[in-house]
Amino acid sequence: MKHTLSVMVENQPGVLARVAGLFSRRGFNIDSLAVGQTENPAVSRMTIVVEGDDRIVEQVTKQLHKLIDVIKVGDITAEKYVDRELVMVKVNADAGQRGEIMLIADIFRARVIDFGRRTLTLECTGDEGKITAFEESLRPYGIKEMVRTGKVAMLRGTRFTSVENSGLDQDVE
Amino acid sequence: MEITAAQALVRCLEKENIEIIFGIPGAAIAPVYDALYNSKIKHVLVRHEQGAVHAADGYARATGRVGVCMATSGPGATNLVTGIANAYMDSVPMVVITGQVNTERVGTDAFQEVDTTGITIPITKHNFLLKDPAQLGETVKKAFYIASTGRPGPVLIDLPGDVTSSKIKFKYPENVKLRGYKPTYRGHPNMIKEAARLIDKAQRPVIYAGGGILNSSACGELKQLAETIDAPVTNTFMGLSSFPGDHPLYLGMLGLHGTRYANMAITECDLLIALGARFDDRVTGRISAFAPGARIIHIDIDPAEIGKNVKVNLPIVGDVKQILQALLTQVKKTERPEWHRRILELKDNYPMRYSREGGLKPQFIIERLYAETDGDSLVVTDVGQHQMWVAQYYRFKNPRMLISSGGLGTMGFGLPAAVGAQLGIPGQQVILITGDGSFQMTIQELSTVKEQKLPIKIFILNNQKLGMVRQFQQVYYEGRYMAVDFLFHPDFELLARAYGIDGFTIRSEEDAVSMLPGILESPGPALVNCLVYPGENVSPMVPAGRGIDEAIEFAEGENTL
Repeated sequence: MKHTLSVMVENQPGVLARVAGLFSRRGFNIDSLAVGQTENPAVSRMTIVVEGDDRIVEQVTKQLHKLIDVIKVGDITAEKYVDRELVMVKVNADAGQRGEIMLIADIFRARVIDFGRRTLTLECTGDEGKITAFEESLRPYGIKEMVRTGKVAMLRGTRFTSVENSGLDQDVE
Repeated sequence: MEITAAQALVRCLEKENIEIIFGIPGAAIAPVYDALYNSKIKHVLVRHEQGAVHAADGYARATGRVGVCMATSGPGATNLVTGIANAYMDSVPMVVITGQVNTERVGTDAFQEVDTTGITIPITKHNFLLKDPAQLGETVKKAFYIASTGRPGPVLIDLPGDVTSSKIKFKYPENVKLRGYKPTYRGHPNMIKEAARLIDKAQRPVIYAGGGILNSSACGELKQLAETIDAPVTNTFMGLSSFPGDHPLYLGMLGLHGTRYANMAITECDLLIALGARFDDRVTGRISAFAPGARIIHIDIDPAEIGKNVKVNLPIVGDVKQILQALLTQVKKTERPEWHRRILELKDNYPMRYSREGGLKPQFIIERLYAETDGDSLVVTDVGQHQMWVAQYYRFKNPRMLISSGGLGTMGFGLPAAVGAQLGIPGQQVILITGDGSFQMTIQELSTVKEQKLPIKIFILNNQKLGMVRQFQQVYYEGRYMAVDFLFHPDFELLARAYGIDGFTIRSEEDAVSMLPGILESPGPALVNCLVYPGENVSPMVPAGRGIDEAIEFAEGENTL
């Protein structure tokens, strides 16, 4: 089963290497990893999607927590959260197909962000299911190039994950 | 007043009450060595950086304090790697200081440049590459704090030469702030209560005690718990010396080369109380056959160890000493005569034994050393058969009296670790029991022994082989012995003399009996080449993939060449 971990880390050089290295040397599979600064510039947030049974995910969480630069680890899978991914797709688009593709873009509320002689580049955001469906519907036209950011996630409502406050403090002790 | 960051580093070490640094200088670390020139900290110049890191390790294990070692960039740092990994596996508190090329050269493949922090991420508890000299004090404070608290481990600080040469305003911080590091010490009260309930309910409990007992200085509490709840105690290799070897409740070591009665007690127990131990594969054998009928209480300071290898019924995270103190107020004084009758039966049916036929047996030397020292020596070992024979036949009386490479199994650990241990506890008799294979891996440190005037007694159990590998090939490769025989050895007695150390050779039981007392009482270092029967195997042995109750013993004819 896929788990979504929200990991708050010190915004320091080497942190990504520590986290990525931990996954590879312990044989954990990362589905996606997205990292960026938070509202606090000293803190970065990683959203890591990891595949595994509960025991594996428990180990991942505990091992992450052992890293000194990791401030907080939360498994938000069972919580109510919103998640988004961004994709950019460069798709074959001859003059005759452009209309159809624009229609698809419209359905997915995607946007055209670049225009080539025989291609269109589209961006789309959404949860994983939507992005995958978007990709599938463009596939028949021939995808030249695609890049996905990996998922970022946030708790719903007033609850929040942050370093100082404990909306969802899933510190593993 | 402004001082260089290197001088500040030395001040930090003085503030941490560091007495000894083990190391070898070089260009990138030169500013630090220059700053040591006026310090009262003793620097021990070893002959290879691996010697420095193992010596710091031995020092830390013997004294319970943080060991410190130092090396230059590049090869200096890479030579430390084995020793850092060794300290990490055995949870030894250590601060490793390495020089690095100047910051503007970092990343350019400069002379003697290597990505030291990158290389050591998986084998340190944490590491730092210091780029801002102003952060020196804070970094060193953090390093010592991280190394010595929670589950101890090595922390490395990589110091570019231009950083250590910079002038800074120095202030050593009183406290550290690490929001990502908060070890748990107090066990959860409800869990402790539940543990007491499980213990009172159990019919056949066994205590399985590891190195965590020694790290948290909980040997007194362990003994008290065992006696209160009347439960037999088995040690992991790392836990040896945490429980008196001659105690009636003692089962000896468990696992791959453990006593058969310890392993069978584990198999038959209905409650396993794991204290500061990590269910290592050398302990458990086939996991599904490990303590199959038992509920498991696992007490450990590292939450990641809980549930890693086996499913646990009751986890308690925290400092084992504090938890045992709390637990002791809640458990009832119990007697379990039936369980003890069964344990005695197991001890009678499956005793530890070896045959004295066929020549000088290594086990005999260990037994003699135990008898001659009354179990009061600090024993350092290397890795291999001799190490297991020490674990089986030397009965440790007092805590921290065994120093050995457990988790990583580093051949060559012994001699430099003995150097560190002896320097840490100068008045203590230190004996190194090693093998002819291990000893030659760090033999250069004999110079350090002589130079530092350390009265270490070194016993080489010499079978002219890599005996443990040979045993492995006998059992798993039908005796196709490949690359395990040494066809040449130096004359160890002469070699000792070359280093200015007394050399001896023991060839028979008679030699052992007559020579050991004099050697042990001699004031200086001694190197004793013990020519043991070369075909001896470590017995019992749990074959790979089997349950620990399925150990085999080698019949007389199977200890052959």
